[in-house]
Amino acid sequence: MDVAFEQLTRLFALLVFSLLAAILISLVVGSQESLQKIGFSFLWTTDWDPVQEKFGALVPIYGTLVTSLIAMAIGVPVSFGIALFLTELSPAWLKRPLGTAIELLAAIPSIIYGMWGLFVFVPIFQTYLQPWMINTLGEIPGLGLLFAGPPLGIGMLTAGLILSIMVIPFITAVMRDVFELVPPLLKESAYGLGATTWEVVWRVVLPYTKVGVIGGIMLGLGRALGETMAVTFVIGNAHRLALSLNAPGNSIASALANEFTEAVGDLYFSSLIELGLILFLITTIVLAFSKLLLMQLARQEGERT
Amino acid sequence: MSSSVVNAANPLYRARKRLNIFLLTVSGVALLFGLFWLAWILGTLLFEGGHALARATLYYQMTPPPGADGGLANAIAGSLILCSVGTLIGTPVGILAGTYLAEFGKRGWLAGATRFLNDVLLSAPSIVIGLFVYSVYVTRVGHFSGFAGALALALIVIPVVVRTTDDMLKLVPNSLREATAALGCPPWKMIVFVTYRAASTGILTGILLAVARISGETAPLLFTALNNQFWSVNMNAPMSNLPTVIFQFAMSPYQDWHRLAWGGAALITLTVLMLNILARALFRKRD
Repeated sequence: MDVAFEQLTRLFALLVFSLLAAILISLVVGSQESLQKIGFSFLWTTDWDPVQEKFGALVPIYGTLVTSLIAMAIGVPVSFGIALFLTELSPAWLKRPLGTAIELLAAIPSIIYGMWGLFVFVPIFQTYLQPWMINTLGEIPGLGLLFAGPPLGIGMLTAGLILSIMVIPFITAVMRDVFELVPPLLKESAYGLGATTWEVVWRVVLPYTKVGVIGGIMLGLGRALGETMAVTFVIGNAHRLALSLNAPGNSIASALANEFTEAVGDLYFSSLIELGLILFLITTIVLAFSKLLLMQLARQEGERT
Repeated sequence: MSSSVVNAANPLYRARKRLNIFLLTVSGVALLFGLFWLAWILGTLLFEGGHALARATLYYQMTPPPGADGGLANAIAGSLILCSVGTLIGTPVGILAGTYLAEFGKRGWLAGATRFLNDVLLSAPSIVIGLFVYSVYVTRVGHFSGFAGALALALIVIPVVVRTTDDMLKLVPNSLREATAALGCPPWKMIVFVTYRAASTGILTGILLAVARISGETAPLLFTALNNQFWSVNMNAPMSNLPTVIFQFAMSPYQDWHRLAWGGAALITLTVLMLNILARALFRKRD
């Protein structure tokens, strides 16, 4: 009975263990056709023509990376601010409700973000913010190219903005946890030398938790890269490579969500699965890296105590 | 003699103080920024979806064709079935795997490696899970079905439950295990009757969080359960579910459909938030 129970739990652990590999294998098998027919040029060509059966993944890959980078550029500083507020400034009685409220942002399903984005955020963005941005930032030589184009409301910038709201709770949670690992002794000695709160955070807390903070950022990035529904609603789903962030684009996940059930033809199908494979590889590498960094911090912690 | 540099008029000291106050204010603003979106999204949902939620037809009429009046009864039923079956498949697998990690995993490589891969799986894009179930199940069977949808949801439940079971079992004090062993209790009995009980609220919290997570999942259902415009509880046929109905209706140009989509959105969000708050309350009571 004992052996049976142990073996049973072992079996299920093995099942979970092999799940990731199974996903990888099934995606590789599914994308055989396009892997063989299109080969590596899939990665850097921009055609997406189901009629002539020409497929290239550069546009969705570019869209995925650009939207995620926008999300990081906004989400990381904001999360850092929130984590700083929650660990150093907030009165004790406010910590829990404020922390819970930020965590609830993660609980809202992504389709809700998408729908809210499309019906509420896009019109406001289009009428007030975007024209202003095109007229001011768009006039700067060079940099202006990033903001050129008509104010459509939807596009990569909108998708990036909504993604940034979605990654805030994940990054904040990790940052908060690692900030709380800093031994009070270290912080108190810095305060004792006359450091201000900001100096303590910037010179003591942040260097001490560097690895964990990067791990948290990677976790957020992994989430942003794979986000589907919120992006699908607002990115515009245009298979066009555009430099301007205001232009509609496409991301891997939203291309899959939009086209997969309507795809006809083996090559079209396996090209879409290959897109999924690329997404899976990128996110798995980013997430594994994040996990390794966080584990390293935990190990350091173990050695010190 | 006020020649000491430590005084309120020292320019360096004042600059540091100003920088400090400025950046701390910025951090407060960052918090308000986060709360602002939460309030805006929830406010919109209640405002737009409130009317739809209050109409009883939402709960007993079927999803309508464009231009007609209707409800979301088939979608609500489908979502309930998919989530229940998904949770029923995923939970035992997750609990048993988590048990191995926490109780038997002290030696050997499997536990560490599984814990690592499970954490990656926890944040893996859900659309890829949908693709996986599509290629291993839907293509074999040849059609979309409720089973495929439930399977995809189960794959999302598993990592959440593995993680919480593992964490919660590790919190159970070892003295409890030693006391049971000292009474001559075999290990399997110890785990089932002692440590599971000690960790039961924690594990339940994990299951609730997993249910909350899957009730709003859309991406994996697009390729698996698909959608169904009619009342159907047949698990072997395409099954209607709230998230895909919201997706379809919100992307359509019809006003009636938009109204229903808002109603569905408000319903899902309220359910998910309630489950989250319930899970938190349960967990806190234990401490």
